[in-house]
This record gives sequence, C-alpha cells and structure tokens, in this order.
Amino acid sequence: MRFLLLFSRQGKLRLQKWFTPLTDREKKKVIRDMMMLVLARPPRSCNFLQWRDLKIVYKRYASLYFCAGLEDKDNELLALEVLHRYVELLDKYFGNVCELDIIFNFEKAYFILDEFLMGGEILETSKLAVGVSMEEADTLQEEEKEQEEVGKTDKERFACGRGLRE
Amino acid sequence: MPAVSKGDGMRGLAVFISDIRNCKSKEAEIKRINKELANIRSKFKGDKALDGYSKKKYVCKLLFIFLLGHDIDFGHMEAVNLLSSNKYTEKQIGYLFISVLVNSNSELIRLINNAIKNDLSSRNPTFMCLALHCIANVGSREMAEAFASEIPRILVAGDTMDSVKQSAALCLLRLYKTSPDLVLMGEWTSRVVHLLNDQHMGVVTAAISLITCLSQKNPDEFKTCVSLAVSRLSRIVSSASTDLQDYTYYFVPAPWLSCKLLRLLQCYPPPEDGAVKGRLVECLETILNKAQEPPKSKKVQHSNAKNAILFEAISLIIHYDSEPNLLVRACNQLGQFLQHRETNLRYLALESMCTLASSEFSHEAVKTHIETVINALKTERDVSVRQRAADLLYAMCDRSNAKQIVAEMLSYLETADYSIREEMVLKVAILAEKYAVDYSWYVDTILNLIRIAGDYVSEEVWYRVIQIVINRDDVQGYAAKTVFEVLELVVGRWFGSVLLGRPLVQFNLLHSKFHLCSVPTRALLLSAYIKFINLFPETKATIQEVLRCDSQIRNSDVELQQRAVEYLKLSSIASTDVLATVLEEMPPFPERESSILAKLKKKKGPGAVSVTELDDSKREAGELNGGADRGPDTASTPSPSADLLGIRSAAPVGAAQTNAGSLLVDVFSDSGPAAPSAAVNDDGFLRFVCKNNGVLFENQLLQIGIKSEYRQNLGRMYLFYGNKTSVQFASFSTTVSCPGELQLNVQSKPVEPLVEGGAQIQQVLNIECITDFCDAPLLNIKFRYGGALQNLTLKLPVTINKFFQPTEMSSSDFFQRWKQLSQPQQEAQKIFKANHSMDTEVLKAKLLGLGTALLDNIDPNPENYVCAGVIQTKGQQIGCLLRLEPNAQAQMYRLTLRCSKDTVSKRLCELLAQQF
Repeated sequence: MRFLLLFSRQGKLRLQKWFTPLTDREKKKVIRDMMMLVLARPPRSCNFLQWRDLKIVYKRYASLYFCAGLEDKDNELLALEVLHRYVELLDKYFGNVCELDIIFNFEKAYFILDEFLMGGEILETSKLAVGVSMEEADTLQEEEKEQEEVGKTDKERFACGRGLRE
Repeated sequence: MPAVSKGDGMRGLAVFISDIRNCKSKEAEIKRINKELANIRSKFKGDKALDGYSKKKYVCKLLFIFLLGHDIDFGHMEAVNLLSSNKYTEKQIGYLFISVLVNSNSELIRLINNAIKNDLSSRNPTFMCLALHCIANVGSREMAEAFASEIPRILVAGDTMDSVKQSAALCLLRLYKTSPDLVLMGEWTSRVVHLLNDQHMGVVTAAISLITCLSQKNPDEFKTCVSLAVSRLSRIVSSASTDLQDYTYYFVPAPWLSCKLLRLLQCYPPPEDGAVKGRLVECLETILNKAQEPPKSKKVQHSNAKNAILFEAISLIIHYDSEPNLLVRACNQLGQFLQHRETNLRYLALESMCTLASSEFSHEAVKTHIETVINALKTERDVSVRQRAADLLYAMCDRSNAKQIVAEMLSYLETADYSIREEMVLKVAILAEKYAVDYSWYVDTILNLIRIAGDYVSEEVWYRVIQIVINRDDVQGYAAKTVFEVLELVVGRWFGSVLLGRPLVQFNLLHSKFHLCSVPTRALLLSAYIKFINLFPETKATIQEVLRCDSQIRNSDVELQQRAVEYLKLSSIASTDVLATVLEEMPPFPERESSILAKLKKKKGPGAVSVTELDDSKREAGELNGGADRGPDTASTPSPSADLLGIRSAAPVGAAQTNAGSLLVDVFSDSGPAAPSAAVNDDGFLRFVCKNNGVLFENQLLQIGIKSEYRQNLGRMYLFYGNKTSVQFASFSTTVSCPGELQLNVQSKPVEPLVEGGAQIQQVLNIECITDFCDAPLLNIKFRYGGALQNLTLKLPVTINKFFQPTEMSSSDFFQRWKQLSQPQQEAQKIFKANHSMDTEVLKAKLLGLGTALLDNIDPNPENYVCAGVIQTKGQQIGCLLRLEPNAQAQMYRLTLRCSKDTVSKRLCELLAQQF
C-alpha cells in the first residue's frame, strides 16, 4: 500500500498516511486527485479504480471515505478488508466511532493505524492483539488532571449516534 | 459513551480544535491559527521551562495545524525532546510529530537517531516498537545507515517479544526498499526464512512481507522458503474456520497470511520437488473447490476475504502457466464472476482475465467470453469497469476477432467517457495496425478513429499513420483520396472531381485550416507548400505571398519562421531544377518502434501491452511498414537534400516522443530521486551497466548527464550538471568517494560553485581500475537552491565490466577454457525472470554493450548467447566467459559466468541478472 487517506464527503481531509516518500506538493496533488475521483463516483459503483499506475480502493463509512492507493501486485479485495478492519479497530477503541472521534483524537487514529499497518504492510491482523496493545498503551499513561467534556454537541453527533456504518 | 478526549485528554487541544471547527471562514481559521502559533512560539521561547505535558500538548497542536495544511517551521526541537521522556504518551506524540514532519534535516536527524538508539536498547517492548515505527515512517537513508545492521539482530534474537519481531520485520522491509545496499541479510537469511514456521501467526504475517520482497531480489538465497510456505499454506487451507482463533476473519482462516503465502510463491517457478508440488496443487484445488461451496456467512467481509484468496490463487496458477487443468478451472471461475451481481467481482474478473489471455493454454478459453465482455463494455454503469472490459478486449484480440473487437471499440468510443478516450484511441490504433489484413481496412479504421475522437488522437498516432502511408506506395493513393474526402467534408465543400486537376483549389483548401493547426502541423504544411511550388508552378505567386506575410516570416516560433524564410528564399532564387532536386521525395521512414506503442507502454497499468506483444507487433508493423526488401541501412541514411533544408524527416517523431514523456510524468515514478533525502539512485545506476552515455539522474531541479569512455584499465567520464530552474544554484560542489580506495582511483577537479539558471557545467573524472571491485564510487552533490541546502548522493555507473576487452575465440578454444575454469567458486549462476524484452536484437545489443565479444556458433543451442572477454585491471587480467540461456516460454533466463577470479564471477552475475 502506498498511502491511506480519510476524508469527509465535504472534502475535508481527516487522516493521511504515506508509506513512500513524497514531496509536499506531490502529496497535495494526490489528495486533490483522490477527492476529485472518489467523491464524484456515483453510489453503488465498484470500489476500485485505476489511477496512474496505482490501484485505488475506497469505501465509504457513514460520512467518511477511506481511500487506499495500492501497488500493482496488491490484492484489492483484501485491501477493502484492511479498511474494514481499521474501522473495526477504531470502533473497538472509541466505541461506536464517528467522524468527530477521529477529528478530536486524530493522534489516536494515527496510533491505532500504526499498530495495524507498517510501511504499508499488515503488521497484525488480530483484532485482539491490536486492542490489547492499545489498551496497554493507555494504561501506561499517567493519570491526567482534568477530563472535561469539550466541544462535541449532540447535534454534531451522527444521526442517531450510530457512528460509522457502511 | 466515549469521551471526546479518550485516554490522556489534552483539554487545551480539544478547545483549540473546536475553535477551528467553529470558524466561519477561511480567514477566521487562519487568524485563529496564527494566534495559536504566536502563543506556542512564546511558550517555547519563554524563560520558564515547560513541563512534559505542556510540551506534548503544544507539539500536538502544531501537528494538528500542519495536518490542516499549514506550514510549520518550528517545534521540531521540542518534539525531539519528547522522545527522551520516560512517559509513554509524551514519547508517542514526539515520535508521531517526527514521523509526519521531519524528513532529513541533518542536525535533527542525529538527535533523533540517538533517541531511537536508546529506545531500541531499552528492552521495553512498547518503546522498541515506537522506535521501529519511527524508522519505518521516516525511512530515510540516514536512518538506514544508522540502524540497518541492528534491526536484523532484533528480528532473529531468541528473547525478542513477538510484537517487536513483527515491527522489526516490517521496519527492515521499509529500509530495504529505500536502501537495499545497506540491508545485508547474509548470515541472517536462513533464520529469517524460518520465521515462516513461527508459532505466532502475527509474526509470520509480518515476516512474510519481508521475505517476499527479499526473494524477489535474491531468489536463490531464499528458495528454501518455497517448501515452508507450501506446508504453512496447506495447514491453513485445511484448517477449520475456528482453529485459528482471532486470525480467522469472518469464518475465513487467516486470509491475509494465505494471500501473502500465495504471493510469495509467485516469486518462484513451480516447485521441483514432486511432493511439495503435489501438496501445493492440492491446496489450489481446495481453494477452487471452496469457491463453489455455499458461503458460511452472508456478510460481504466473508465473501471478500474468501475471494481475495481465490484471486490470489488464480494469479499463482496463471504465473505457473503449466497446469492446463488448473488454468481452465481458473478461467471458468473467472467466467462465473464476469456475470456476478457484485460489481467488484466483475471488475476483478475482467482484470485477472487480462493476464490469463496472454497464456497460450487459456487464450482460447478467454476468447469464449467475448460476447460477455463486449456486453460489459456497453452496459456496465461504472466507468472503471468499462475500462477493464476495454483492456480485456484489447488483451484477447487476435487475428480471428480483430475486426469485431476494433469495430466494438470504435462504436464505444462515440460515447466513451472523456477520461478513457485517449487510451482507447491508442489501443484502437495499435490493434488496427497490428492485425491489418488489408490496407483499406486499416485506413478506414484510422480515419474513423480520427473522425470520432479527433481531439484525442495524439500526435504519435498521426505520425504513425504518416509513417505507414508514406512507406507503402500502394496505400498512398487510397489514403490520399479518403483523407481528402474527409477533409472536404470537414471544410464543407465538395471538389471531388477536381482533386488532381486544380492545385490552387487544393492549396486554398489546405491553407484555410492553417491557422487552426498546431505548430508542428503548421511546419509540415509549410513544407507541403514549397512542394506545391515545385509540382505546380502556377501556385508559386500565391504561396510566396502567404510565406511573405508577417505572420509567417516574423512568426514568434523559430521553427516556423525559419521555414518561412528559407522556403521563400528557395522559391525565389533556385532554378526549377535545383528546386526539383531539393524537393525530391523523401526516402521511406527508417524502421523504428511505433511511436504509439512507446506511448502506451509509458501508460503503465494492467491494460498496457506486455513485452512480448510489443515485439510481436513491432515485427508485424515492420511488415506492414515497407516489407523486408528495405533494409534498415538504406532507410536510415537521410538524403542530403533533406539536411540542406533542415527538414529532418524523423525530427517531428522524436520531438513528439520526448513531449509525450514529459506529459506523462507521474508523481511516483520520480518520487525516489526527487525526494529531498539524499537517497542513492540504484535504478539509474543499473541502466548504465551496458551503456556509457545518457541521463543518470533527473529531478525538478537538476539533470545529470554522463558520457564515458574506457580503454584498458583506464576510463574517463564527463559529467554534465544542468540547472533546470531559472534560479542560480549556489555553493555547488561535488565529491566523489570510492568505497574501496585501493580498488579504484578517481581523480577530478572541483567544479564552479555557481550554476546559473538554465546553465550546464561539465566535470571530467579520470578513473583507474587498480584491482577488481564491487562497490561503485559515490558522487555526492551539494548546492543551495533558494536558500535550501540540497544534498544528494548517486552511485556512479562505474562497474567492473567497463574494463572489458573483447576476446574472439574459436569454439574449441572456448570449451577448453570453459573446462579450465571449473572450480565451483569460479562459476556464478543465476536463474531469473525476464524483466525486459527478450528480443534477440535487444539482447545482442546489451551483451555487446557489456564490453565482451559476442561469439557465434559456439553453443550447440543457437538460442543461447556466449561471450568472452578479459577484464583489465592495473595489476591483473581476469578472463571471463559468459553464457546466457533464454527460455522464451517461461520468460526466464539462466546466466552462467566463469571467471578466473571468483569475486568477479559473482559481481558480474549480480550486475547482469538485473539487465535482461
């Protein structure tokens, strides 16, 4: 896998992960092209497309698009399940994950991804193992002083608060 | 209910993020960000030392700002400080910041590497994993230099925790991809291969990615992995869906690992050991059988995982291309998927069938699906599926169905999406040329193509048509007539009967569209005008008037201006005879690779033509293009008259190809060298093993060309550094270092420190080969561009074979010497897949470029190549014999080298294995 992008239907980038070195300009170009291509796709299209020499695999979960750029030899269907497994992991960690969780805890979203993928390859496919490792990390944390609920209003939560669903 | 800030909440961060979200406009957002940046800056600069928590919070805010798309030019040092914190979350944020924001700022890298070193030796698995992640995320050469030798040790150490092993394997893979020369597996090889047997599925899953990549590069050293992979696969395939606990994904046992195992096996030919092969065939059959079983779950995840394995198994079957029974089953399975209700499966089936179509066993079976595929092209709602259908039609096309397929593609073009038109046009043009049975069909097809999709017909297609028409007298009449009919339709007038009788009308017809044409076309038209004057003197006055007008002789385009001025002069001073001589017919175009094929080849992707196909069509195009009686020698001599006028017949074609090249640059193809880190270019280096001149390196700023010549043990290399920008490079300096000082001696003078924008400077290197060597000298280039220091290191293409003297010898001499060099270490052998065309002429050119003599009538098998040469070093002469055995069917080679010195055999073998 060459990159993974999460962006909203409105074209806001929520997460970007690059597995090969690119300049900032090239990254911006990829992001722009991906959003243009993927957001323009009619519903129920197939989840794959060709872009330059890469295979693009994307899937929409609620308001978020998960979009991966694959090399020629990578398996598209499995990549689709990589995206799904990532959503499951986010869901497990946040509990009914929604876009806002990823906005407000963007660093956690990156950490969870790191537990799961490395250099664009699968590091650990077991949900249990990744979960354990994230929890270990959380218990390692010192007790924080304040834990005030900030920012999120009910309105901002997803319709019925059901989080990211296909 | 999840809290907004889970785990370690950073309240300030959450407040800041909400503020940004509440901003009503971009301006408000920028204002809020600037305020925050000022605040953070003052905190970092303040007298009061910040505690870890605050530092973490501010670094995290900076990261957030950066990810929003704003530039961040401070905070790196604070992030680096966090790395040495004892608190996990602080360390973690520090590493995240570094991974996202730091590329290769040399001063920081040292500090970062230090922190990583500490964490790697901490024996704390979570810290070790963080450090390994950071190395993998940054992946720069500096990091590789610092850690490439340490990580294999961590990977195979007995007391390393599983989770660390997993990270170490993938971290090493990442370093290997960027700096393969620094990752030396040598002694670790067998222990790494045996990770395939590890108890822990996660370790196997991670390790196999590494093993696959290493196997592709060094198949021989890793070949023991084949039997291990087969037995592991067999255990998974035959396990019940619950056996593997958490590694079962929606009732499918270990889909990721299964796919990776099947992918690893695709690096090798079918196993030679009968038992292993039997077991593997059994696995593949089981996988194919499972596809027919009812699903264990209705969830799409279940079917995706199951079918992922199925497609990977089919890829392996296609790769082996040796089991007709399995190939036919695979083809039938894909045929089922072609009509599946899931769009994804239809897409993938079309894609897989494309590769299946090139196998001789299954080509016919694929062809039986032609109606389904044509139907897909017409009715699929999704453009990406239609594109795959078009690719497959292209792949399954042969003489028997060419007319049908070309017709379908043409009719599809009428309504095709803009995004795929250009590629479709290329494909139609290629198929029409490749399978043309009569010329009228070819001309009709191409003209239809131009009519339907004129805007998408690139210059390459035009030139190719012109090449073919000009080289075939018998097509010319038909083509000219048809073209004029089309042209007249376009212009909207009908001069049918007067075509040849009224040149002035023709001229006006042509000239009426002149201002709509592109510059190269206008140039061609101007040349056509002067020919009009020659053939039809009555048009002379009109044409001279046209040439004389300001828009021609003062045209801002140099080429047009020059042509106008020269033609005008020529037409007024030259006598009719001279004019007739000068404007004598051009000789036919020299045989060359079709410009359109070259273009399609550049457009990679699965739809592109395969190498063998290219050769095929090249040969056929050759026939179409003039017949065998016109040897390339006569054709390539340009007529003197052409030179006089400066209308080089081939020039526009060449120009078009370069243009096409620059138009099709893609971000990834130049990502390696263009990256700011000082990566070493391996690809560029390898391109020069069999040639001496060319462009060694190019990025947005700099182009480096080389010219070199060698004699005995001495060489001279000219380096040309071109500044591609309009800005001056300051402090430009280069250094050449030889890894082995005693093996190679390279002398050079320093270059000018300033390179003006657009300028090129030259440097001469004198090279002396003292003894045989493996490592190439490194060229380090440093300069300032707009204030930023650029630093890059390139391998100079000085390889041991440059010092070859060719040696001719008879068959008996050859075999005598071959026998003399029979000690096992004197021989090096490699079996490898063909990466390039297996065309005879190409191979011969490469072997000659290598520097050896290519000997005929030596090998009893005429398909094989045999070469001999002597490498000249200062102290020693090393005799070398080479034998290359191509297997066109398997697309493999066996390369054998015997040299009087074992290190030379080995090195030559390594170098050459990547050339074919």
